[in-house]
Amino acid sequence: MTQPTDTAPLTNERRIGGLRARVFSPTALQKLLAFASLILLLAFFSFASPAFMQMDNILGILQATAVNGVLAIAATFVIITGGIDLSVGTLMTFTAVICGVFLTYWHLPMWIGVIAAIVTGAICGTISGTLTAKMKIPPFIATLGMMMLLKGLSLVVASDKPIYFTDTENFYMISQDSLIGYFLPSVPIPNAVLILFFLAIASAITLNRTALGRYTFALGSNEEAVRLSGVNVDRWKIAIYGLGGAICGIAGLLIASRLNSAQPALGQGYELDAIAAVVIGGTSLSGGSGTILGTIIGAFIMSVLTNGLRIMSVAQEWQIVVTGLIIILAVYADILRRKKGGA
Amino acid sequence: MLKRRIIGALIGAGALVGATSAAYADEPYIPLISKGFQHQFWQAVKSGAEQAAKEQKARITFEGPETEAMVDKQIDMLSAALAKKPQAIGIAALDSKAAVPLLKRAQNQKIPVIAFDSGVDSDIPLTTCATDNLAAAALAADKMAEAIGNAGEVGVIVHDQTSRTGIDRRDGFLNQMKSKHPNIKIVSVQYGGGDHLKSAEIAKAMIQANPNIKGIFGANEGSAAGAAIGIKESGKKLVLIGYDSGKEQKEDIMSGLMAGAITQNPVGIGRCVVDSAMKALKGEKLPKKVDTGFYWYDKSNMNDPKIAAVLYD
Repeated sequence: MTQPTDTAPLTNERRIGGLRARVFSPTALQKLLAFASLILLLAFFSFASPAFMQMDNILGILQATAVNGVLAIAATFVIITGGIDLSVGTLMTFTAVICGVFLTYWHLPMWIGVIAAIVTGAICGTISGTLTAKMKIPPFIATLGMMMLLKGLSLVVASDKPIYFTDTENFYMISQDSLIGYFLPSVPIPNAVLILFFLAIASAITLNRTALGRYTFALGSNEEAVRLSGVNVDRWKIAIYGLGGAICGIAGLLIASRLNSAQPALGQGYELDAIAAVVIGGTSLSGGSGTILGTIIGAFIMSVLTNGLRIMSVAQEWQIVVTGLIIILAVYADILRRKKGGA
Repeated sequence: MLKRRIIGALIGAGALVGATSAAYADEPYIPLISKGFQHQFWQAVKSGAEQAAKEQKARITFEGPETEAMVDKQIDMLSAALAKKPQAIGIAALDSKAAVPLLKRAQNQKIPVIAFDSGVDSDIPLTTCATDNLAAAALAADKMAEAIGNAGEVGVIVHDQTSRTGIDRRDGFLNQMKSKHPNIKIVSVQYGGGDHLKSAEIAKAMIQANPNIKGIFGANEGSAAGAAIGIKESGKKLVLIGYDSGKEQKEDIMSGLMAGAITQNPVGIGRCVVDSAMKALKGEKLPKKVDTGFYWYDKSNMNDPKIAAVLYD
């Protein structure tokens, strides 16, 4: 999670450059900037209200970050390829509904429901990928279509009603229980956060250490060059969208477990929160660069900001204004950095 | 340099907010977690709560998610509100079950919980301040039957299919028609998310698809005001019955485009939450439910002071 992730292969020069190169490379700087903003926000809110730095509230922030964080990881993969996935929010909902169908309607064991959610996500992601790669529909349109399609399907499958998981006794534990709490009772960090954390590590490794990750960056930098070098671009692209979809399935499980129900009407608008987290984290919407760590920091900036403004009792209308300003500021900082970096 | 400027601005803003919040420190703090904040209905609930808070010397905040589907965002709001260690809390739950774990926490911390607008599946709330939506929608059905001569085709536009108010108003209307007015046929029930534009399109499509349609019932402010736009654009004359108020609906009723509407008492709901919370803090016993009431209003009684008091722009 801590390695710099550039599109360029690791040359000797960069290896020798060591710590200095790492700290001063553009991505490291961006991470530093995002991280510094997060620390600044935390410091500011602690100073503004004594209720902010309380264990209950910190746990609330962590829980609030989990779903958006996971969705943002899914969006990061696709955005690095130079694409966009607008369907992450409603796909999350759809996988939650499917999980509800398996567990509540069909009374199947919990692990089957978990697998069903992730597989459904992967299938839908694969469809989005195929629409983009094979049928050449621009990702914005393909995933916009999927977003609406899945929103409708969720309502149809659930017959417009929430599906409750009250029959699956332990289902709430996926998000709400705390494994850490068994060992350290004073810091009962919810499992949802643990899952986000492990998923982030696995995703960072995938992005930086596997062929799939290399092609994710390569597609975003110069798809044509990759194609000309004889790589089956379509196949990799579909795989990346499929992976993003599977990650949305995990988000679906987290939100369903948290609410102990699949809420079929929910989901639209969540893709924008996810994309905002990705962008704040320094991933470029034009593709080719980005980090999972940045995305996670971006997701935390969003939730700390929302929670902090609430704790300060800032009027809700102004909360939205401030969030918008922060997004603009974050992206502007990114542009400034790029200019300086000459990239 | 940019960063230094940001830090400066943040500290400035922090000092400002810190100063304003300190001024209220002695009054009991009662956050109200609503289902939304943009609709005029919720603004009216808010103003009722604010009036009561002023009279009773309490401090309130009022917030709700952007759409009524965002159950998890509402839970986050509830969680943040509890972190502020309030003296009491008001909640209009979007999902009757999802908020229960947090409400249990409130109960453990001895924070009185007052439900409003719709209840939760739990006995934690000391009372619920709400409209009887089933009965109110049944009254709308009776008025519709009266206006179209007890027979013919009717369409229904509802804000959503998952919320308690959406379900109750739809079912209240449909059940009353079925049991009391069997000659009236419901040809279509559609959902427009409470969005004016979507509801207008739905109304137009309904009229297009059912040329003999005699009436439309819009189940909330956006659905009714939107249906009015749709009917106006279609150029047809039919009986429109609305729900709640708002400037547009009031004007539509004055102009005759809308036959009349059911109004709840949103200001009364807001007042009821703060009043109940203050009573709970004084240790008074509360009834399990407070029916905040509903009224039929049309051109004839709109300016009646009793009705005018519960209507809002």
